[in-house]
Amino acid sequence: MDVAVIGAAMTPFGQRSAWLDDLLATATVDCLADAGISTETVDHLYVSNMASGEFEGTTGVMNALAADIGVTPAYTQRVGQTSASGGAGLYAAWQSIASGASEMTLLVGGEKMTHRSTGDSSDIIASLTHPVEYSHGVTLPSFAGLTARRYLDRFDVPRESLAEVAVKNHGNALDNPDAQFHKEIDTEDVLSSPVVADPLRLYDYCPVTDGSAALLFCPVPVAEEYTDEFVRLSGVAGASDTHVVHEREEPTWMGAVAESGKQAFEMADCEPADIDIAELHDMVTLLEPLQLEALGFADRGKGWQWAPEGRTAPSGELPVNTSGGLKARGHPLGATGVAQAVEIYRQLLGEAGQRQVSAERGLTCNVGGFGNCVTTAILEADR
Amino acid sequence: MTGQPTAFEAHECENGHLTYPAHTRCPECGEPQTGTVDLSDREGEVLTWTTVSASPTGVREPNTLAVVEFAVDDRTVRAIGSTTQDVDVGDTVRPVYVEQLRDPDASFRATDRQSWDGYRFGPIE
Repeated sequence: MDVAVIGAAMTPFGQRSAWLDDLLATATVDCLADAGISTETVDHLYVSNMASGEFEGTTGVMNALAADIGVTPAYTQRVGQTSASGGAGLYAAWQSIASGASEMTLLVGGEKMTHRSTGDSSDIIASLTHPVEYSHGVTLPSFAGLTARRYLDRFDVPRESLAEVAVKNHGNALDNPDAQFHKEIDTEDVLSSPVVADPLRLYDYCPVTDGSAALLFCPVPVAEEYTDEFVRLSGVAGASDTHVVHEREEPTWMGAVAESGKQAFEMADCEPADIDIAELHDMVTLLEPLQLEALGFADRGKGWQWAPEGRTAPSGELPVNTSGGLKARGHPLGATGVAQAVEIYRQLLGEAGQRQVSAERGLTCNVGGFGNCVTTAILEADR
Repeated sequence: MTGQPTAFEAHECENGHLTYPAHTRCPECGEPQTGTVDLSDREGEVLTWTTVSASPTGVREPNTLAVVEFAVDDRTVRAIGSTTQDVDVGDTVRPVYVEQLRDPDASFRATDRQSWDGYRFGPIE
């Protein structure tokens, strides 16, 4: 069963006064309205979320949402895969439609984080690490520092090239009204910002964010009953890597990104050269070039060249993170993988406003942990 | 949390594959791990390091961390750990026992969930 996406919505990302239940409700109601679908047609509801219990002491968010927006007795499930929960939600939604179990699946991702201190947020996220890592105070940003030093050394990479990723994504977010930051920066801003995990600095990293994003899925024949313009989810695949990061043979190679990408390309019967636009998981600037390499867009050790050369700019051969990415759109953990696909959906249907590029096929890559769990998806315009 | 210092050991399956930390099944061949190799008295080489300036509550700040590779016969095994002082890539270091690596009471994880002592990496004297 070919799977279509017929609606998309997201709340503004940033520091929000609303709690998770309100954020999820807003995105889902807006998504149903975007598609012109009533609540009683929803068969399955998936809620991608990393840590509502830990952040705000709220569990069972999927049932609460189903009842609140009136989709009961729809089957509902929370999808948790740390910061890749949104991507895992795309996979769950695809499974529900492709299997024939559901004819209308609503997926929403969300997280409420900013009411916690940065240290507390960092510790909640670091709780995904192995005890031998956690006992030493290892955090996700510290993995990035360890890996960045090795990448810079091994491939003789200029430090400024990573700063160029942040500059590009901040520039892109200027045209995204839903982005957390609307602030132009330059490489000097990045390189003079406070050190977080040497050699990486504050402006290399994504912020702490509240927000929610939603998508509506159905079989292609059902989509054709509702609309002339929709998006096909033509490829989606997930993969995992070691839990303990130092057990990877080469830490600068994102194995789960490579595996999920390979499977997604096979499923969609296309290759990297066929992709017109991508939303990559730039939790830290370093991850954008590493994903370009693991997905097969860039040669090994050369991904860092793409931002400085303008190849990932909106006017480049592969616009990456036109939304602003995690860096500037923001990163409400469970929402991110869904928000990535919302951006591709809007770009493919010509609904991206000032940041519109020409694209027929797009890719999303959502990374959990430091490459521990990854889902890659490929979406194509059908209009 | 038995009162005994936590061992710093690599774990070995019957096919001679080494891992740190232990796994229920060897990630390489799927066999159970039946042996151990003490790493606490060995020297290792720093592969990479970082100094974290924004630590979670209960973790020292700044916190220098390193990935260190140990040679065991003709094999290697890696470990991550904090360091007792600044290090550089290629430095030779040795494990140094520390009774409390971070404040368990200030951490998000349940205090009885894991041990909080262990080995930092320090210079060869």
